[in-house]
Amino acid sequence: MKILVCISNVPDTTTKIKFLEGNNKLDTAGIQWVINPWDELSLTRALELKDDASTGVKSVTVAHVGSAASEPTIRKALAIGADDAIRVNMDATDAYNVATQLAEVLKKEQFDIVLCGIESSDYNGSLVGGMLSEMLGMPSVSAVSGINIANGEVVLTREIDGGKEVVTVPSPFVAVVQKGIAKEPRIAAMRGIMMARTKPIKICEPVECENLTEIVTFEKPEPRAKCRFVDAENPKQLVELLMNEAKVI
Amino acid sequence: MSVLVFTENWDGRFKKLTFELVSYAAKTAEMLNTTATAVSIGKVDDAELKKLGSYGAKKIIAIENEKLNILDNQAYSALIADLAKEEGAQVVVLSNNNTGKAIAPRLSVRLKAGIGSGVSRLPLSLEPFTVYKRTYSGNAFAHQVIKTPVKIVTLAQNSFDLTETSDSSVIERRQVTVDGEILKTTVKDVQKQTGKILLTDADVVVSGGRGMKSPDNWAPIVELAQALGAATACSRPVSDEGWRPHEEHTGQTGKIIAPNLYIAVGISGATQHLAGISSSKYIVAINTDKDAPIFEAAQYGIVGDAMKVLPGVIAAVKELRK
Ligand SMILES: Cc1cc2nc3c(=O)[nH]c(=O)nc-3n(C[C@H](O)[C@H](O)[C@H](O)COP(=O)(O)OP(=O)(O)OC[C@H]3O[C@@H](n4cnc5c(N)ncnc54)[C@H](O)[C@@H]3O)c2cc1C
Ligand SMILES: Nc1ncnc2c1ncn2[C@@H]1O[C@H](COP(=O)(O)O)[C@@H](O)[C@H]1O
Repeated sequence: MKILVCISNVPDTTTKIKFLEGNNKLDTAGIQWVINPWDELSLTRALELKDDASTGVKSVTVAHVGSAASEPTIRKALAIGADDAIRVNMDATDAYNVATQLAEVLKKEQFDIVLCGIESSDYNGSLVGGMLSEMLGMPSVSAVSGINIANGEVVLTREIDGGKEVVTVPSPFVAVVQKGIAKEPRIAAMRGIMMARTKPIKICEPVECENLTEIVTFEKPEPRAKCRFVDAENPKQLVELLMNEAKVI
Repeated sequence: MSVLVFTENWDGRFKKLTFELVSYAAKTAEMLNTTATAVSIGKVDDAELKKLGSYGAKKIIAIENEKLNILDNQAYSALIADLAKEEGAQVVVLSNNNTGKAIAPRLSVRLKAGIGSGVSRLPLSLEPFTVYKRTYSGNAFAHQVIKTPVKIVTLAQNSFDLTETSDSSVIERRQVTVDGEILKTTVKDVQKQTGKILLTDADVVVSGGRGMKSPDNWAPIVELAQALGAATACSRPVSDEGWRPHEEHTGQTGKIIAPNLYIAVGISGATQHLAGISSSKYIVAINTDKDAPIFEAAQYGIVGDAMKVLPGVIAAVKELRK
């Protein structure tokens, strides 16, 4: 069995987001780029499955649509333990376009399980995984918080309102994963970092595809009103404010 | 021409988020000089369907087919895409919840329609069609142009006010055939909790962080939530430690919620935590550290020890809300 983990490259989650003049481009100065948190967790889970010989998982590949600038992110994924990587050489700006490129990759090479994260923490699209599955006519399962393989069958847990469902779909399929899929992201050990240098990254040129959307401006959220402090000895005042001023209880 | 809105039901009932969606679709339709059509899949009675009309749906297409009793992403998307074509939909509206996230991207491919996801305002302009959406985990909002003839919008929960109308609506019950071939999802087991207020539905949320010190100290959080009819939540370290169940974890990697009131107790207010709660209408913080970043996000705050402050808050709620 072969697993493909789609990874996006996002600003470190503590980054103070600023835009360039004109407010249509992120100011990338000083930004640390990291593997999108969910993708890091899917990679971790994929590697756990591979470590367990009973699952029959033979390889874990990562795929990324991005320019050469994101190569450190791919190397990091290889250092964590992915066997090899595929990069489509294109700036990712539109989910449909990214999904189209990943679909091309999957037309050329077969994988049994394709993992995507629930959202990229930059554009917060929640789109690529679903689009990709539709383009390939593959089943997809969303909100996946668990993936297990027993007797060659892949069993997924998906979150529903107020609970969970245990589901199966025929392979190959796309699982769109979220919290719970793995506990802590696996970190690269020294040996992994050394080995990553020699692991193959296949570079593909993008296929022609139009962007269906375009971000024209960014704006920062409106600043919130300053905090009004209530004396710790007078909690009743807080409740009164919530009832009479904010009118939320 | 129309605006099509997918209205999910839960055991035959709609939720507030459904009515927000329909209100949003009706207003968008008004901007486009057309009307909103709601699509309901599942067993829903006429009285419940009528409610969609009272929030502005002119036509309500109701489909019941037992093959659709479980959510199969492919089957649902295929059906909604066909209806969108039949109805000549220019805009298709879904929720930005789990179900919407499962269907909308597939719909996008079927209809070759660009998506604005996590939208929280009406279209900013029609030509070009521009939506206002959350980006960078709530640290910025984008004006995004959707360039395709058909547009898909997924609406963020609790971001749009309900608008009621007394206009008439029609319910159209339709039979559809679902090709068994397309159904790929088998459900082997379901585990559901009942009787608990769901975090994603709650208007008020009481949340505890590492400042609560121990899982044994959670009683006042739960009691305050009960007194307020609120759901309980927590920060990530709290769920990682197993002090509270994982479903309660809010933040960038947990649940993203937008209640009317979020009460953060013993939570420092890390950016990753704020990413999940910053769309709350009001935030209250209770924290021993007056410099904790949570106070920058909060509108009301108490500097003090949670275990000393909470009993007084609970008593005041019980007294004043009698
Ligand atoms: C990739 C990534 C993703 C993450 N995603 C999330 C996420 O989704 N959600 C999330 O919550 N975190 C997330 N985190 C973790 C986040 O960075 C913080 O570590 C976390 O939010 C801190 O939790 P806390 O506020 O409960 O604990 P702390 O930061 O330890 O804060 C405890 C607070 O309690 C106060 N306190 C102490 N004693 C008392 C008392 N007696 N009474 C009242 N107050 C008291 C302290 O002053 C302090 O402000 C993520 C981190 C990373 C790297
Ligand atoms: N540029 C990219 N390259 C590879 N995978 C991506 C890329 N962008 C998004 N993805 C995948 O799609 C998921 C959801 O991203 P999004 O739809 O952008 O919110 C991510 O968690 C990744 O698994």
